[in-house]
Amino acid sequence: MSHQSSSLNGDTHRASAAPARESDAGAGRTNPTGKPVIRIRGLTKVYRIGTEKVHALRGIDLDVMRNEYVAIMGASGSGKSTLMNILGCLDRATKGAYELNGKPTHKMGATSLAKVRNEEIGFVFQSFELLPRLNAIENVAMPLLYSPRYWWGATRRAKQTLQRVGLGDRMKHRPNQLSGGQRQRVAIARALVGTPSILLADEPTGNLDSKTSEEIIELFRQLHAEGQTIIIVTHEEDIAGYAGRIVRLRDGMIVSDHPTSEDPIHQAYLQRAAETAATLAHHSPTTPAVDATAPAAVIAAAEEMP
Amino acid sequence: MIIFRLLYQTVVLALGQIWANKFRALLTTLGIIIGVAAVVTVVAATGGLEKFVLKEFASVGANKVWIFPRMPPKQRDRYSWRQLRITPKEADGMLDRCPSLSRLTPVLEMSTSGQVGDIYKPVVGVQAVRPAWHDIEERSVLQGRQISSIDDEQRSPVCIINDKAIAEFQLDTNCVGQTMLLGGRAFKIVGVVETKTVSPMFGGDEARSEIFIPFGTGLSQRPEPRMYIIAQTKSPELHEDAKAEVGFYLRRARGLKPDEPDTFGVEAIEQIISGFKKVAAGLSVFLAGIVAISLLVGGIGIMNIMLVSVSERTREIGLRKAVGAKPAIILLQFLVEAVTLCLLGGAIGLLIGYSAVIAMKFSASLSGATVPMWAIGLSVGFSAGTGLLFGMFPAIKAARLDPIEALRHE
Repeated sequence: MSHQSSSLNGDTHRASAAPARESDAGAGRTNPTGKPVIRIRGLTKVYRIGTEKVHALRGIDLDVMRNEYVAIMGASGSGKSTLMNILGCLDRATKGAYELNGKPTHKMGATSLAKVRNEEIGFVFQSFELLPRLNAIENVAMPLLYSPRYWWGATRRAKQTLQRVGLGDRMKHRPNQLSGGQRQRVAIARALVGTPSILLADEPTGNLDSKTSEEIIELFRQLHAEGQTIIIVTHEEDIAGYAGRIVRLRDGMIVSDHPTSEDPIHQAYLQRAAETAATLAHHSPTTPAVDATAPAAVIAAAEEMP
Repeated sequence: MIIFRLLYQTVVLALGQIWANKFRALLTTLGIIIGVAAVVTVVAATGGLEKFVLKEFASVGANKVWIFPRMPPKQRDRYSWRQLRITPKEADGMLDRCPSLSRLTPVLEMSTSGQVGDIYKPVVGVQAVRPAWHDIEERSVLQGRQISSIDDEQRSPVCIINDKAIAEFQLDTNCVGQTMLLGGRAFKIVGVVETKTVSPMFGGDEARSEIFIPFGTGLSQRPEPRMYIIAQTKSPELHEDAKAEVGFYLRRARGLKPDEPDTFGVEAIEQIISGFKKVAAGLSVFLAGIVAISLLVGGIGIMNIMLVSVSERTREIGLRKAVGAKPAIILLQFLVEAVTLCLLGGAIGLLIGYSAVIAMKFSASLSGATVPMWAIGLSVGFSAGTGLLFGMFPAIKAARLDPIEALRHE
């Protein structure tokens, strides 16, 4: 982990010379300010399955500021994946407006949306979606193939990004030669390589064990610290706890939208974890004090108790 | 510039894809490989054969015209051979009336006995010709002199012979000045003419023994000869004009009425050549049909494999779209892949065809076989065209995929 941190620091330093968007983001690192990156008004999405209409989204209003770290939560069927696909310009809303960096994406055609996806959005999938025949560098450089900005020096850019996610020593490896965590890092590097305005992650730790998940979440935290705007879809309170803001969906509507520190459900969850930790300490004093900031570990430990 | 860079990357991508499925790609392009190889080989072979045949014809003389008596078909009872025969008078007047002809000679063929010293041959072929014969047939003398117009006018008892005749009558190599008996008459050998081997195509096997005498001399022995005329046009293209002129002249000379058919024949070597060229052109059309069928079959193979490729790589297409590949780029990617596949097949076919042509050159009659540039261009063009045509449908299918649907594809 230590070599990764150092490379991250090195990169943060370098970021001062990077494009304006990054340095802007750096200025509002801890306090998101300025115009919203994402501005959504009255978004609805209706699927037609046979003769039946399914309302996946029923009027969503959402603003996301620059350098925010937002977790979108909800049970399956709540519409969070649909919202994510629309945020990622992979899908289009039935009704409503979605402006990304002031650009009205709801008015765009397939070709313009492809350009937006290429330049403004980095998408991280649950199942990584790496191309098996390509090595790490080629996988990361893939989006640059479709961008006029990086036609020259795409490989150099891909290498830099791989170093940024801590994979400087695995660049020539193919996906099947990498562990799950390393694959997700490659996928994150691919999402970051085009310096996107927003990084979207759909259950990025869904296919990973808890230790690897923590590493990935730590990587997201550091990217956020460097100024990256991040939106993550998850159903784990634990993962959501790292975000600065939690948006909860149910039946295609936003039912709560609070900073993490004020989110009642999350605070209740933390409290329960803390209580469990206390009980645990009471029952077996020999157990080392459990870190209350890792509630999942606490609960897992409690479940192992006789 | 941008489009070149894009094309380059797309071609590299397509080559990688093809390389990843080498064996499958080879089987797929087999139709195109065979088609192109067949075209190249057969075009080269036809070309070689044509060259050979034309060369053979040219050895006979491209601007020669034969004029001979011919019984009109289905009217055998109306004319006797006596009426049909070409007369010396007709031959004499022809050159003045037919401006397309540069020279002509009547040829009177007869067979008599021949004797030199003790060697007696009951049947020898003798041809009576005019001096122009030397030029028309391009046969000069090796020793002595040619038949002259004085010989012709004075009906001199002279002859010229070829080396085969020298051998047959066991004469000295230097036999000019010696005497030969033909039909009992003494003829002085005044020259030795070079032997011209005629191509086997025209029935000229081994060179035969030949004896030539002046036409006038021959006429004095055969007052009503059966003869034909060999004429030469001023240039090879004039054979149609020459035919018309000779026809007009002879019809008038023979007093044929407009409803009566020709009682003579005029054949030009050019006519035979153009007939052969027609056959060759017909062969080309036939070939084009074979090419079209093989490329159609090859194209369907390509379309099939591209459809398989699209459905196999649906997730990849979804991913590429998700990271920002425009539909047009996906279309281009699959089109380029199909065209690259076809062009590779075409190149392999060309290679095979070339090898076949090189092997073909060991055969004497096809030694002139070469692959013409247009055949190469045609092969490459048709290969690329097949790729474009049959790759279009799968490529459109890929370009229209919905990214989310594609990413969910198993």
